[in-house]
Amino acid sequence: MNPVLEMKDVHFKYLIGKEKVFEGISFKIYKGEFVSITGRNGSGKTTLCNILRGFIPHLNQGTLSGDILLHGESIPDKSLGELADKIGYIFQNPFIQNSGIKETVYEEIAFGLENLGIPREEMIKTVDDTIKLLKIEDLREKHPAELSGGQRQRVAIASIIAMDPPILIIDEPTSQLDPKGTEEIFEIIKLLKEQKKTIILVEHKIDQVAEYASRIIMLEDKKILFDGTTNEILSKEEVMTYGTNLPQVAKLGIKYSKEVKKLEKIPTVLEEAVKIFKG
Amino acid sequence: MGIVIENVIFNYPNGFCAIDDISISIERGEKVAIIGQNGAGKTTFVKMMNNLLRPNSGTVIVDDINLSDVTTAQISKKVGYVFQNPGDQLFNSTVFAEIAYNPRYRKLPESKVKELVEDAAALCGLTKYLKTNPYDLPFGLRKFVTIACVIAMGSEYIILDEPTAGQDLDGLKLQGDIITELIKRNKTVITITHDMEFVIDNFERIIVMADKKIVTDSNPHNVFWDFDVLETASLKQPSICKLGNELGITDIVTIDEFLQKVK
Repeated sequence: MNPVLEMKDVHFKYLIGKEKVFEGISFKIYKGEFVSITGRNGSGKTTLCNILRGFIPHLNQGTLSGDILLHGESIPDKSLGELADKIGYIFQNPFIQNSGIKETVYEEIAFGLENLGIPREEMIKTVDDTIKLLKIEDLREKHPAELSGGQRQRVAIASIIAMDPPILIIDEPTSQLDPKGTEEIFEIIKLLKEQKKTIILVEHKIDQVAEYASRIIMLEDKKILFDGTTNEILSKEEVMTYGTNLPQVAKLGIKYSKEVKKLEKIPTVLEEAVKIFKG
Repeated sequence: MGIVIENVIFNYPNGFCAIDDISISIERGEKVAIIGQNGAGKTTFVKMMNNLLRPNSGTVIVDDINLSDVTTAQISKKVGYVFQNPGDQLFNSTVFAEIAYNPRYRKLPESKVKELVEDAAALCGLTKYLKTNPYDLPFGLRKFVTIACVIAMGSEYIILDEPTAGQDLDGLKLQGDIITELIKRNKTVITITHDMEFVIDNFERIIVMADKKIVTDSNPHNVFWDFDVLETASLKQPSICKLGNELGITDIVTIDEFLQKVK
């Protein structure tokens, strides 16, 4: 099987930066994988996403080398428009995601579709379906600028999902959301995973990462420090020394192993923890 | 001394009621977390504590000053508010100038300005970024610039609106340390957050809001084991509580408490 996305020995330095952000990053991501990118703030998670979407080098300039490939073709050689319906990108900061030119949430969600030249009938249906999927019916006629942080985040996600891209890059989609809202967003992301979309997620809420992501790539000091299955990475205590939290049940497991009785396997999700501690 | 809020009602100009009859008091030197679902009215509520918003009825009194008698400018030094979105408050070209903005506005001598900026920057882990443009910093660090600004301003009451959003583990630890230090300095800290682990680690008093009102005002044990409160406010138990619940171990909110019970 050929990878959907690939980086080979990628180096990057921002135009204004003194130091390189990356010194030799390589990985392959396959169709349907759900990869979570972790690492401390400033480790380059968002930069990595920007390179995969072509925003670097097209919008943010710098010195970029190595191969960045989408189905074997060079991403930096493609225009941003060519990538628009292939890679959906949900920004970290929902305050800058919205277009700023649309007067209702409904039109905001239609904006991407308009630009892709989707026929009107199909567009109306898609927007309606997306609004329903994200449970934002009540926001439909609201002005995007009047929304709360959490509401904006939902609208930002809706506007990308509406375009139905096969690859999604999602940068901290729930930073402004309450616990229930966070779970609702992850239910949507799970749905996208079931649709076999390839998902790259940056998220600090590690309980959700543990629950939903299949693989973790952890950045540290310009390189990839860990790349492995979610359970393998999130059961390592040393992860916390690199600015990434562990799920509460993993922290419990590690402490229990040290202070009470050694566990064969450190749990990373609630279900596993229940099994271990019931047994 | 302290903040005393009585029967406050707030309607936005379009008629939307965001706060419906809230009364509460916060003592000087306390640290309080405010939690609750998006749209519950948390931000609206705290903005009335420094006149960024004025209630339609009811009173807000801070250290015996009735806020209806003073301007926002007059009270904003005493009650410092750190915006949810750092972009709403940052406009200087360097981190130093940003933190120095209020001390300079107050016409303090430049040596005092420098002292205040350096203290706030050290507390917020920004010492090495003083010459950087705030917008060249990652979102998470930008939040610390806004916190440093309020510290340098010398506010007695510090309101942090979702400081934990987008923070990594080190950022969360640093915020906990900042809050501890501010309390040591006899400041009052009010924090809105969605991070329940952070709340449990750093606060003994939690105000839970839902649908324009206060649902409960209590400690972590009472809040996270009151399923009616959790349901009403759309909150979730942290995993350690959920695990306890599955195993019949109740009233625990931390890993250590859990371990105590299973040892």
